[in-house]
Amino acid sequence: MESQLGLIDQSFNARYTSWVREALDELPDNFTITDPSISGHPIVFASRGFLKMSGYLKDEVIGRNGRIFQGPRTNRRSVMEIREAIREERTIQLSLLNYRKDGTPFWMLFHLSPVFSKEDGRVIHFVSVQVPILRKLRSEDGNRWQETVFGSCRREVCSDTVIELARCRALDSFVDSDNRVLEAEESCEANDLEKQKAATAINSILSVLTHYSEQTGRLVCGKRCNSSVMCPLSSSLNISLGRIKQSFVLTDPHLHDIPIVYASDAFLSLTGYNRHEVLGRNCRFLNGPDTDPKAICQIKESIQSDQACSVRILNYRKDGSPFWNHLHISPVRNATGRIAFYVGVQIEEGCKNEGTRGLSPEMRILGTVGAVKVAVRSLSMGAGSSKS
Amino acid sequence: MLRIKRVPTVVSNYQKDTEEETNRQQVGCGRNCLRSCCIPGANLPLYTFKRMKNMMDEKRDSPVPFLDSLLLGEWEDRMQRGLFRYDVTACETKVIPGVSGFIAQLNEGRHLKKRPTEFRVDKVLQPFDGSKFNFTKVGQEEVLFQFEETDGDEAQFFPSAPIDTDNSPSVIAINVSPIEYGHVLLIPRILECLPQSIDRKSFLLALHMAAEAGNPYFRLGYNSLGAFATINHLHFQAYYLAVPFPIEKAPTRKITTLGSGVKISELLNYPVRGLIFEGGDDIEDLSNAVSDSCICLQDNNIPYNVLISDSGKRVFIFPQCYAEKQALGEVNPELLDTQVNPAVWEISGHIVLKRKKDYEEASEENAWRLLAEVSLSEERFEEVKALVFETIACREDKNETVTHSLDAESEELDVINIGTDRTMVPGKQECLVLQ
Repeated sequence: MESQLGLIDQSFNARYTSWVREALDELPDNFTITDPSISGHPIVFASRGFLKMSGYLKDEVIGRNGRIFQGPRTNRRSVMEIREAIREERTIQLSLLNYRKDGTPFWMLFHLSPVFSKEDGRVIHFVSVQVPILRKLRSEDGNRWQETVFGSCRREVCSDTVIELARCRALDSFVDSDNRVLEAEESCEANDLEKQKAATAINSILSVLTHYSEQTGRLVCGKRCNSSVMCPLSSSLNISLGRIKQSFVLTDPHLHDIPIVYASDAFLSLTGYNRHEVLGRNCRFLNGPDTDPKAICQIKESIQSDQACSVRILNYRKDGSPFWNHLHISPVRNATGRIAFYVGVQIEEGCKNEGTRGLSPEMRILGTVGAVKVAVRSLSMGAGSSKS
Repeated sequence: MLRIKRVPTVVSNYQKDTEEETNRQQVGCGRNCLRSCCIPGANLPLYTFKRMKNMMDEKRDSPVPFLDSLLLGEWEDRMQRGLFRYDVTACETKVIPGVSGFIAQLNEGRHLKKRPTEFRVDKVLQPFDGSKFNFTKVGQEEVLFQFEETDGDEAQFFPSAPIDTDNSPSVIAINVSPIEYGHVLLIPRILECLPQSIDRKSFLLALHMAAEAGNPYFRLGYNSLGAFATINHLHFQAYYLAVPFPIEKAPTRKITTLGSGVKISELLNYPVRGLIFEGGDDIEDLSNAVSDSCICLQDNNIPYNVLISDSGKRVFIFPQCYAEKQALGEVNPELLDTQVNPAVWEISGHIVLKRKKDYEEASEENAWRLLAEVSLSEERFEEVKALVFETIACREDKNETVTHSLDAESEELDVINIGTDRTMVPGKQECLVLQ
């Protein structure tokens, strides 16, 4: 967890300087910022307004995935649409029923927008603005108009008016006597004002982020400006791979010298390198004076013959300390059925978390290979073009 | 009697018509199967899950990641041991351009040169027949692990556990003709030799497996007899494909919410008519609503398919009539030529094609045309819906009467009111008798 928080700080500070938080905190809007390159696609920033609205403390939100705000009545199809927008790296705006920390639901207009790196067109962050949807609702007596937030209203009315719980259940059951309220609860369309508010909020957040990214020289922008430059993997593949907790790298056999194009967090902590120090390099930097040339040879042969192989090989960390690496290498095919990458999974011999209560290291290695195969195959199927 | 001819899918390496006797010196029948001849002394990994209360509970950390380490690890292991008939990741696949995003796969290896077999398609419930192929005949190496509920506080994993023949274990086995990576079969209480039909307990197990996997792209499916199940031994299928299925994206219209909070909707603007179940206070509420509906369909001899999606949070049911039409000679011969059997995955929008030509020409129109043949007509769907709702309303009513007997009168009104749907039949009387 500690290292994850470190990554979160780094994700933000390295790109926008540490001053950006203050500037974002001055914005009145409810929003969160997430980083798809960190495992679990966690929230890396939550605005004051958002915390107030959701009832969570900052520490309870940072590092978590946005799904913690969903509840039993959250529309599953909407959740799926958001998931798809994230994998396609595009903007989406829809009404969503979320839940506060105390369990009460509230309708809001959810507006998600990617933030791109100007340099290589990669998605750096996603900004999610949430505008609460407020509606005038007729209260029980029918005379007064009451400002309330949809979704929470009916249950509150039930308990407030001292009708026993059974009655409340009956209301919920089958066809409610009050269909009007029910339908409103099923879908709560935001009005133009709210849509405008969300769009304006996105713009002001983007302008803060852009401004501060100029100070680090690592510019971001709201539109993908340069996708032609080499960008090893899409952020959707990054997100999928980020969920896999084991130490592994992907290498691209179609590029010169088979460089690393993805390195998992666990790989970085195992070897002690930073991500930018390993991307683009051939894996041989892990070898050292006492590495057995036969093992290296075996790896080469398996790659040449498109075969998987397992070797026990002496590798070296950045600080020079050696470790025995149970390395498994396997070809990974993309949707066309051709080999797109090789995955190398590492497990350090005798390391303390080796025994995940019963599952053998071999099985964990193979599970990682499987998860990588699924991610690569699925994300090269051209799902992004389905909207064409 | 209605029959169709089709090439049966080979799900196990032991599913050969002619069984060559092997000379191996081994205990039992020599095939290391799951019958009484080979089970004594046999061990398999065992994963036990804790019964989940609420679907929305964040998944607790299990000792072993169910999907990413255990299931995929064991599956990849079988792949490296060469137990599959082909490498499914070498099969070309694509998302067909269009609004729906149908997924096509070219799989020339799945369809081996086997003689077509006759299948009876006009009886959804048929008794188990031990003389035909069933999952007790698969080799133990095709079984990945046992999957059981635990009374304990947390999920547990045992790398090697004896097979407890007295409490017929539920197992997860590979499908040797996978249609995607991680394609497995869940066989509830395998030794009880249950025929292919849904019951509450087995469906809850399937829902727990989806929840335990905890990944929206790992889905489970079920085909009834008459809706392209080929083996009459209770099983669910599952595989891992990290792409949204067209069915999951289709717009829906809410029909009703049950007292338990389970919401039932119907699909709109999709070639196959179907019902969607989601929500509920408890995972068992959702499970019961779905299994009661399935039981109603099979009892009424209506073939159907089920998709468990979104980690068990959404369940789709499609009554279908393709096989019946096929047997009656009412299906367009061009569609038959493709030899696509529209079972649960095809209906959900993942279509496995056997001919290169069909793969290359795959289009949204073609997929739509195929699936439209699978769907019930609007009138028939309304009838079936009414039948299903009558059943669920009865069950609901029964539960409500028990828990809130004070409100009996107003609830009676509610039940009768269910009929926003014109074909709804209030089944109060009948239910009381049943009770």
